[in-house]
Amino acid sequence: MTSFDAASPAAVTARGWGWRHAGRPRPAVSGLDLDIRPGERVLLLGPSGSGKSTLLHALAGVLGDSTSDSSAAGPSAAASADAEDSDETGSLLIDGSPPRARRGRAGLMQQDPETQVVLSRLGDDVAFGAENLAVPPADIWRRVAEALGDVGLGGLPLDHPTSALSGGQKQRLALAGILAMRPGLLLLDEPTANLDPAGVLEVRDAVGRCLDKTGATLVVVEHRVAVWKDLVDRLVVLQPGSAADSAVLLDGSPDQVLEQARDMLIAAGVWVPGHIPATRARRGVAEGIAGAGGAGSADTGPAQLLLAAEELAVSRERPRRTGLLRGFRTVPPAPVQSGITAQVRAGQALTITGPNGCGKSTFALTLAGLLAPVAGSVSATTELSAGAGIDPYKWKAQQLIARIGTVFQEPEHQFVTGRVLDELMFGPRHLGRGEERVDELLERLRLRDLVDANPYTLSGGEKRRLSVATVLAAHPQVLVLDEPTFGQDANTWAELASFLSELLDAGTAVVSVTHDVEFSQVLGGTELTLGAPQPGLPGRTNPGVAAP
Amino acid sequence: MTDISAKQTLATGKYNWRVVDIVLAALIAVAGGVIFWAWSQGANLISVPLNAVYPPLTGLYAGGWMIPAVLGMLVIRKPGAALFCETVAATGELIMGSQYGASVLFSGFVQGLGAELIFAAFLYKKFNLPVSLLAGAGAGLFCGLNDSFLPWGWNIAYETGDKFAYIVFCAVSGAVIAGGLSWLATRGLAKTGVLASFASRKAASEPVFS
Amino acid sequence: MRDTLTLRGNNALLTRANPLAKFSGVLLITVALALSIDWVSASVALAFELLLFPLAGLTLALLWQRGWPLILAAAVGGWSTAILAADHGRTLLDVGVWSISEGSLQLGLGFLLRGLAIALPAVLLMSCTDPTDLADALAQQAKLPHRFVLGTLAAMRLVGLMAEEWQTIGMARRARGVGSHGNPLQRLKATLGQSFGLLVQAVRRASRLAVTMEARGFGGAQRTWAREATFSRLDAWVVLGGVLIAGAAVAAAIGAGTWNMVFLGQQ
Repeated sequence: MTSFDAASPAAVTARGWGWRHAGRPRPAVSGLDLDIRPGERVLLLGPSGSGKSTLLHALAGVLGDSTSDSSAAGPSAAASADAEDSDETGSLLIDGSPPRARRGRAGLMQQDPETQVVLSRLGDDVAFGAENLAVPPADIWRRVAEALGDVGLGGLPLDHPTSALSGGQKQRLALAGILAMRPGLLLLDEPTANLDPAGVLEVRDAVGRCLDKTGATLVVVEHRVAVWKDLVDRLVVLQPGSAADSAVLLDGSPDQVLEQARDMLIAAGVWVPGHIPATRARRGVAEGIAGAGGAGSADTGPAQLLLAAEELAVSRERPRRTGLLRGFRTVPPAPVQSGITAQVRAGQALTITGPNGCGKSTFALTLAGLLAPVAGSVSATTELSAGAGIDPYKWKAQQLIARIGTVFQEPEHQFVTGRVLDELMFGPRHLGRGEERVDELLERLRLRDLVDANPYTLSGGEKRRLSVATVLAAHPQVLVLDEPTFGQDANTWAELASFLSELLDAGTAVVSVTHDVEFSQVLGGTELTLGAPQPGLPGRTNPGVAAP
Repeated sequence: MTDISAKQTLATGKYNWRVVDIVLAALIAVAGGVIFWAWSQGANLISVPLNAVYPPLTGLYAGGWMIPAVLGMLVIRKPGAALFCETVAATGELIMGSQYGASVLFSGFVQGLGAELIFAAFLYKKFNLPVSLLAGAGAGLFCGLNDSFLPWGWNIAYETGDKFAYIVFCAVSGAVIAGGLSWLATRGLAKTGVLASFASRKAASEPVFS
Repeated sequence: MRDTLTLRGNNALLTRANPLAKFSGVLLITVALALSIDWVSASVALAFELLLFPLAGLTLALLWQRGWPLILAAAVGGWSTAILAADHGRTLLDVGVWSISEGSLQLGLGFLLRGLAIALPAVLLMSCTDPTDLADALAQQAKLPHRFVLGTLAAMRLVGLMAEEWQTIGMARRARGVGSHGNPLQRLKATLGQSFGLLVQAVRRASRLAVTMEARGFGGAQRTWAREATFSRLDAWVVLGGVLIAGAAVAAAIGAGTWNMVFLGQQ
């Protein structure tokens, strides 16, 4: 089972360990006492700010004078030089030595698949870690082949371009790269946060296989307890510690901890298995009217049509111009999906689902008037366009925000000012109206304490709430959301779902691209399932419509 | 059982480049390239007539090329940053198929040198607005000299008067675009908190002129 | 744009040559051509280069696709030279700052051809060289510090992603009401904001990528190489080829009497 150079599992000991990042006033971790036996598998939970990522980074050996920099130049630097350095207290040891002296003993996987890849060719990327550890070249390629086989990528050629891999494949590639180093300790920092459900299971299963084979110690940080519960044998809940409190709040076997502290964990926003957070139900559903939330209530007829897509073909690429030899014609790009027909109605939700890469986001952006259709059309009814024209793509930006609001997957892409309050006032100022709504949104989305902060300094959940608020400040009739619940903890999820449910009942149309089945159930409405992507040829899709 | 672990080089001292400095410098060069490419797509409406009418005027937008040099140094604040960033940006252009061929590497090196020398003259201790503007002007000056007097320069055959005009336009463009915009960008980046692990983390609150 | 940096499917001869050898050949030609602006040396070099392009795996169609912007740029450079260079011979046109004479027209033509002859080898080089192999050669054979070479390589892999992100940020800002049409000042402000957004993402990605690389042991003093960079007989031919082309171009120009050293001014 083990090859001759398999590494032994590592043990982790922390005694009163604390870490303060350079330039920050408060420590990220403080007072941590933890013992992890070789081969043990631990799931780390805790609210954001409890230092989970910091601990993993420290174990991987990437904290320390490689990430702090005391060379802040300027006259004030000399005086405050001490406050600028990072600060470590207590001890954190892997097999009795500090992690920085044992880089390569631990392998770290992070959540963004794109920055987990180092080199362009598959084999080269896996070999990277082994090269850094000065493994002899002959052994490297043997390890590469073995690692790729272990994670399920063995069928691909070694020069396969890494940019052509899906998110789940990239995370598995990162795992292979780690395995080639023969680590004794596997550290996973929210590895499945940015993956679709299929990718999540792919990665979880690959990790399971590798652990069974190597017997390495595992420390994983994740919101989703259900995914990892059966794989780990210990659950540790951290809290922002201090000199007085220990950083470890709860410690025990998963079933034990979940039973003991179920309510506390639910309150902290952890996705406890078997529990779906309470959300506000749609008005019709709450009152028990059949078919409500879908076709509108019986006495007022079908809800007002706002946007319609007819035989729409979509792509992110722009049309190419052929040069002199072919007469300067414009060649349309090959669409990733075509033949889509859909309707967006006031007070109704439209959920777009489908496999990875099938063009869901591209379709949503085309519907929102941000991308030009390759074929077919997107038309806005006069109820929505109010004189701006039938094609949303041709609307001016100011006209667009008052009619269709789009919330992108990465909130930072949409920040345009340097202050939270200015962000919220941006839309109303440009439109010349709607400033009174800003106050309401600040309250409703709990942003009042953050009004003067720079948007980029907010936490993940706060950024998500801010991006929704800024789009709503312009009071659009249609709201388009791209993967709104990706990587969110249970509390933010519930808040968002409830808020959208309110908006729907108030008459806004909500279009969301999501994998999240529970989320679309809360919103109700119709579901549009796009088929597998059509590379090259413009094919036909099979838009399935699920009953509400 | 082999237990190989990497022995670390001693990355002490405030002028040693860490891995994150190297990666960021290269990525600034890449981002600068993308921004410049996107910007020049739009600016073609202006640049082509400018070039047809009085070519030295094209020096007025040459500053865009030199943003990686000044911005890289302002963010990373270690010796060689301007030179490195500009050379990497030039390598990026070579890969994308530059009309200057392999000579773009020489040009990039010379431009980066122009900015680097200014920062070196201040002993890599001052990164305020006047120094940034000067560094941008330095890069622009060297850009103009490179294009007008070195063999691979495209203005090598111009008359002296026109060469002089071009060099002046380059220096001004370098100061304003490469120097001024980079300084503003660094301050903005520091305010967002993304520079927390770099030497420029306090750039937002540094004095403008001293 | 994502696939610019990969070479899949290219099995031509020159892909097997050592990147440093290819690069030296290109440099030799570039320097030799740079020393003189005349149409003879440029045409000779250009002819040889066009003969070589099948060896790099380029077809006429691909060459045209990558080459036409270069031709345009060279023509623009030639035009500028023609109107601004010092005049010799009969004056053909004299309007304000523009003045075209027989001599400057010839110079402009030489400039155009020379521009092409310098740009083309770089295109050939990049079509048959994988950036990872180039980095290997630079670090192992040219002995450049491996942290800088590999750190740069890893960052440059993200160029396609950054270009896509530029588009996404543009759309995201339009969805917030930032108009990118209208007067030039508005467009300039929009582009500046978009650029800033991209820079923030660049810094974030750089930090994450650096953590990934360091967590895999990068930055240590000792390291082995999975892909060994070697020299072979093919590389000797490549370098020799560069010498021959450069030499032929220079010789032809001197023989035809058109050799026109840049430093000596026009003759």
